[in-house]
Amino acid sequence: MSIPEGLKYTREHEWVKIEGDVAIVGITEYAQGELGDIVFVELPPVGKVVKQLESFGTIEAVKAVSEMFSPLSGVVKETNTSLEKDSTVINKDPYGAGWIIKIAKFDLAEVNALLDAASYRKLLEE
Amino acid sequence: MTFVPHSDRERQEMLRDIGVNSFEELLQGIPESLRLKKPLNLPEALSEFETVKIMGELAAKNHTTAEFANYMGAGAYDHFVPAVVGHLIDRSEFKTAYTPYQAEVSQGTLQGIYEFQSLICRLTGMDVANASMYDGGSATAEAVLLALSVTNRRKIVVSSLVHPHYVDCIRIYLGGEDIEVVKVRHDDGFIDANDLKAKIKNAACFVMQNPNFYGIIEPIDRVPQIVKEAGGLLIVAANPISLAHLKTPGEFGADVCVGEGQPLGNSLNFGGPYFGFFATKKAFVRQLPGRLTAMTKDKNGKRGFCLTLQTREQHIRRDKATSNICTNEALCALAGTIYMATLGKQGLKEVAQLCFNKAHYLKDQLCSIPGVKLAHDRPFFMEFALKLSQPTVKVFDRLIEKNIFAGVPTSRFVWEEDCLIVCATEKRTKSEIDFYRDSLREVMV
Repeated sequence: MSIPEGLKYTREHEWVKIEGDVAIVGITEYAQGELGDIVFVELPPVGKVVKQLESFGTIEAVKAVSEMFSPLSGVVKETNTSLEKDSTVINKDPYGAGWIIKIAKFDLAEVNALLDAASYRKLLEE
Repeated sequence: MTFVPHSDRERQEMLRDIGVNSFEELLQGIPESLRLKKPLNLPEALSEFETVKIMGELAAKNHTTAEFANYMGAGAYDHFVPAVVGHLIDRSEFKTAYTPYQAEVSQGTLQGIYEFQSLICRLTGMDVANASMYDGGSATAEAVLLALSVTNRRKIVVSSLVHPHYVDCIRIYLGGEDIEVVKVRHDDGFIDANDLKAKIKNAACFVMQNPNFYGIIEPIDRVPQIVKEAGGLLIVAANPISLAHLKTPGEFGADVCVGEGQPLGNSLNFGGPYFGFFATKKAFVRQLPGRLTAMTKDKNGKRGFCLTLQTREQHIRRDKATSNICTNEALCALAGTIYMATLGKQGLKEVAQLCFNKAHYLKDQLCSIPGVKLAHDRPFFMEFALKLSQPTVKVFDRLIEKNIFAGVPTSRFVWEEDCLIVCATEKRTKSEIDFYRDSLREVMV
């Protein structure tokens, strides 16, 4: 199970990577494995204000659908529109090409409320 | 309706299968304090013979379209239903209102639904149709829910010439939510496009009916553009028979086309059960309410049918489902499917043309009588609203004596003006229409 160091995680299985003033968000390898083949991602509109741990969209597999929760509060700066054509890229590369949204204007203090790689691994082992 | 009662032996067998000795034992789980200890307060049971007699006498008190010439429409239409429709839907395999659990086991049912969806798409000019809704009103209300969900807005605009029952349905569906419902005025029987323009801002949708409640064919030249420019969805409630004759909602830019399916192969049935149809653009397929059947291939490459995009539905999405509809009106929709397939493209066009011609002959005849005129002199399809110099309910009652259902008085609804909405289907003959004219002339004197 790949759980890269340097990322932060939610208990709802999203990851976030801080790159300067942008936070990149996706779902973890564990989450994509649990869902199975992902067929659709409902992306929020760019400019949408999101709150930490509130739903920002849904992700749909063949027989299940799940909410996605924002790791941080902020404003949606960009969405991964390539997912509209092929959402299985989340299955293939959840931490890379399968990213879902980018958030701007977030508060770094909120990062402390998230899990690091070791804590997230521990959560999965429980 | 056929009925075969259970025998005592069958009851015993069932109890044995359950694993109890008596019916009394089966009820053990219900506390004594909750049980009724005396017989129900009902008249004594009748024999089958007596029951049939009483029911027959009660039924004979009804005036029905079998012995009356029926000019009532306003949402339910007295079209001819070919015998093949009843014959095929009588097959026991089809007799469930539900899409079956383990749906894919029932390939015939799913194929029927798939054909239905395909025919509705052809008829409406839309991309995708669901397996059917309860009726025209609930389909219209569900279309409003789709528009609210797609646009994320909190206001809707409705033409004042949408059937009042449909508007009631919309209000009921929106009951728990804080959504503003704005009515658009009409200009002598047409949607007032200027009023629409003034009210459409920030609205999720505009709901219109075509032909409208008065039977008038709306000019759709400006409406789609006005709605589109404001970022709203155009919802059209259409009479399916008219779609064989008029420009389809798909062609003139509707985002959702809904309607009452009853005119397609379903009898009047004292007001139900009917079925609604719901068709939209491919872009909104994930917001579609209800069930959706698709064609696929099995592992051997053979054609098969399956339910698809079920993640919209309650059993997977729970409270976030697109809709609370978990079933459809499968048998009524199947009757519609058989009707459309039997008549074919040409047959449906002929029905529409006959209705149009007869309604126009009827209008000319009735409007030749002093004290009778069109409420709004606009192009209409198969029904029209009359202004009478006498109260319409009184006229309606007088014509009952002549075995004529003269039309639907608008006073039956909460409505702005007292009109008689008169409709002619292909079933009305020239001599019937002439008799209606002569009878109305007598009443109007």
